[in-house]
Amino acid sequence: MTDKRIDEATNTETMGHEWDGIEELNTPLPRWWLYTFYACIAFAVGYAVVYPSVPLLHEGTHGTFGWTSRGEYAAEQKAEAAQRAPMLAALAKTPIEDLPKNPELMRQAVAGGRAAFKVNCVQCHGAGAAGSVGYPNLNDDDWLWGGTLTDIQQTLTHGIRYSGDDQTRTSLMPSFGHDKILTPAQVQDAASYVRSLSGLEPKGAAAQRGAEIFSVNCVACHGPEGKGGRQFGAPNLTDRIWLYGGSREQVVGSITNAHAGVMPAWGLRLDPVTIKMLAAYVHSLGGGEAFAAPAPAAK
Amino acid sequence: MQPVFPRAIHGRFRRLKWGIMAACLVVYYLTPWLRWNRGPYAPDQAVLIDLAHRRFYMFAIEIWPQEFYFVAGLLIMAGIGLFLVTSAVGRAWCGYACPQTVWTDLFQQIDRWFDGDRNAQMRLAKAPWTAGKLARRLAKWSLYLLVSVATGGAWIFYFADAPTLFHQVFTGTAPAIAYSTIAVLAGTTFWLGGFMREQVCVYMCPWPRIQSAMLDEKSLIVTYKDWRGEPRGKAKDLPAGDCVDCGLCAAVCPTGIDIRDGAQIGCITCALCIDACDTVMAKTGRPRGLIDYATLEDSEKERAGAPPTRHAKLIWHARTLIYLGLWSAIGCALLFALGTRNHLAISVAKDRNPPFMLMSDGAIRNAYLVKWRNMEDRPRPMRLTLDGIPGAAMWSEEMGKAQAARQLTRTIPADQTQPLRIYVIAPAGTAQQPLGFTLTAADAQGGTVRYDTRFDAPEGGQ
Repeated sequence: MTDKRIDEATNTETMGHEWDGIEELNTPLPRWWLYTFYACIAFAVGYAVVYPSVPLLHEGTHGTFGWTSRGEYAAEQKAEAAQRAPMLAALAKTPIEDLPKNPELMRQAVAGGRAAFKVNCVQCHGAGAAGSVGYPNLNDDDWLWGGTLTDIQQTLTHGIRYSGDDQTRTSLMPSFGHDKILTPAQVQDAASYVRSLSGLEPKGAAAQRGAEIFSVNCVACHGPEGKGGRQFGAPNLTDRIWLYGGSREQVVGSITNAHAGVMPAWGLRLDPVTIKMLAAYVHSLGGGEAFAAPAPAAK
Repeated sequence: MQPVFPRAIHGRFRRLKWGIMAACLVVYYLTPWLRWNRGPYAPDQAVLIDLAHRRFYMFAIEIWPQEFYFVAGLLIMAGIGLFLVTSAVGRAWCGYACPQTVWTDLFQQIDRWFDGDRNAQMRLAKAPWTAGKLARRLAKWSLYLLVSVATGGAWIFYFADAPTLFHQVFTGTAPAIAYSTIAVLAGTTFWLGGFMREQVCVYMCPWPRIQSAMLDEKSLIVTYKDWRGEPRGKAKDLPAGDCVDCGLCAAVCPTGIDIRDGAQIGCITCALCIDACDTVMAKTGRPRGLIDYATLEDSEKERAGAPPTRHAKLIWHARTLIYLGLWSAIGCALLFALGTRNHLAISVAKDRNPPFMLMSDGAIRNAYLVKWRNMEDRPRPMRLTLDGIPGAAMWSEEMGKAQAARQLTRTIPADQTQPLRIYVIAPAGTAQQPLGFTLTAADAQGGTVRYDTRFDAPEGGQ
C-alpha cells in the first residue's frame, strides 16, 4: 500500500494501491445516488415491518397493521355483496311470474343471470346459448318442457332426467331399433314419415307405411299429428328444429337408439335467487314465451 | 452550468415580446370564462372539455368522442403550423410563444423586482445567507408560488363550468382531481419557470433538436455579422470592426449564450440581443443590425457586399408555401367536414354468437344492437326503417314478435345515444344477404343516415 496521491492526467485522487504500475482512480458514486440507495434500504426495512413479509416455519410475519391480500379480497367481496344485497332481497321475494312487471328488477336479474350463465351453462349450451347437437338452443322458440319464466325456473331447479332429484322432469323414449321393437325396415319407414311431417321429404309409399307404424308406436308421446307433448318433453316433429339433427341417418339413429339428454338439477347447487336470475336471462334471449305467438313474416 | 442572470433591455423586440406574452396570458386565463349560449341541454361555457359527459365544446362546435378526428385534425394543424412558422420566421415559437418562454420571462421580471437587475442579482447570489437575503428569497419564492398556483389553477377551468368550479375551489368542495391538477401544474411551473428556465430549452425540450433538422439556409435566425463586427474592440483600437465588445448581447440573453459564437441550440431567437446591440450601435453612431435576423443564404450574400434583403421577402420560399398549402388543406377539409356532418347517427352491432337463429316454422331471426344518436340540443322523433329482405320484419326487445313491423319510431332525448336491441325475422329459406337500417329524423329539420350490415342465414337452408 502506498499513500494516496493525485493522478496527474485526470486530476483525480487514487485509491492508494498499485499493481504493476497500474493505479485505481477514486471515482465514488454520486452522493444523490448513495442517498437514494440508503433511503431505499430504510424504506424496505419499514415495509417489511409494516406488511407481512418474512416467511417463518408455519406462517409468515403478520405486519403491524395485520393487512393481508386475502383479507382485502374478503373485504372487497363483502362490500360487493352489501351493494347487491337489496337487489337480491327484492328478487328473493318477487315471484318469478311478477318479474316482467318490474322492468328495473328484470334488467338486473338478466344481468346477474348473464354472469351466472357464463359460469354454469356455457359448457353445454354455448357462450351465446345457441346449443349444439343434443344440447337445446335457448334462443329459439321451440321449448321441449315449456318456455315461460316459470317453466324455465322449474327446469333449472330440478333438471331433466337427473337422478339426484325426485322432482326432476323425466321421460324415456324406447330404443325402437336396438330393443327390436321395430325391424330395421320399419325404422326406415318411420323415419320417412317423421321427415315428411316437416316437409323434409315427400309423403311417398315409405312414409305411408311409416304413418301406420307411427300411429301405433309414437302417438302416445308425440301426439297424433307429431306435434310433441311438453308433459313428456317430447319434441315437436313437425317444426324445423331438430335437437339431434334432421338428416335421414340422424332420424334413423334417434328411432333406433333413442336419446335421453340429461340436465343437472341446479337447485342442488345454486341458490333460488341465482336460478331466478338465470331463468330471467334465458327467457330474455329472445326465445322465451312471454309474448304473443309469432306473427307471420310481415309484408 | 452557471446560473443565468439576464439584464433588462428595452427595444422593439422586447416590446413585441411583452405584447405576445400579454396576449398569451390573456387567452390562457380568460378563455374558460367566455360564455356561449347552447340552450337548456348543454353547458354554456364557450370552450369546455367535458370529460365526464365525453363532449368537447368550442364555441359553436360540439364534438362527440367518435368525432375525435376533428381534434386529431386540429393537433395535426398545430404540428404543421409549428413547421410553417419555423420555415417562415425560424424559432419564433421558442422565442415568443412557448409557455416555457412566457413564464420564464414572467419569473425573470419577478427576479428584477425583488433582486434588482443583472449585477445586483449576481451579487446577491454570491452573498452569504443572511437574514436579509433569506427574507428577500422567501418573498420572491412566495410570489413565484402565487404565479404558479394561478397558472395551475387556470387550467382546471377548461374541464368544468368555470364559475361553479371557482367557487368550489375556494370553499374546499372541488373534486380531488381539481386540487391535484392544480398542485401538479403549480409544482411544475414553480420548478420549471422558477429554477430550470433555460435548462428546459437546452436539455429537456425535444423541439430544438427537431428544429435544427428543420432549419436550412433559407430560415430566419438571429445572426452576428462577423464580417462587419470583427475584429472587435474599443473604438479607439485600430483597426476595429463595429463590435465594441461591450458584452451587452450576451448579458441580456435569457439562455446565457453569446450569439457572436454563431448559431447554437441555446438560441431561442427571442432577439433581445438585437435590441441590445442596436442600442449600443445607436450610442456609438453606427448603423443598426450588427446582430440581426437573417438567413444563412442572405448572410453569405451580405458578406460578399450585397445589401441585406428585407425580412418580409425572406419569409416566402418553397418550404413555407408547401407547409401553408398543407395546413390550409387540412383546415379546409376540417371545415368542410364540420359543415356537412350529420347531427344524427346510427351504429349497428350484429350479434355474432349465435349469428342467426332458426325458428320452429323455419323463419330465420338475427339480432342487432342498434344505437340511435341524436346530436341536437333538443329531443327528436326518429324513425328506424328496415332496408332490404322484402319479407322481413323487426321488433325490439320490449315489443314482442306480434308487433313486428318494417319501421319503428322512438323519440331520442337531446344530446344522447340510445341503444335498442332489435330482432329481425325473415321467412324460411331466406339466404344470407346484405341488410340496411335507415334512421330518419321525423321532424322539420329531417336528415337520414343509413347503416349497412348483414343478415345471416344457414348455408343452403334446411
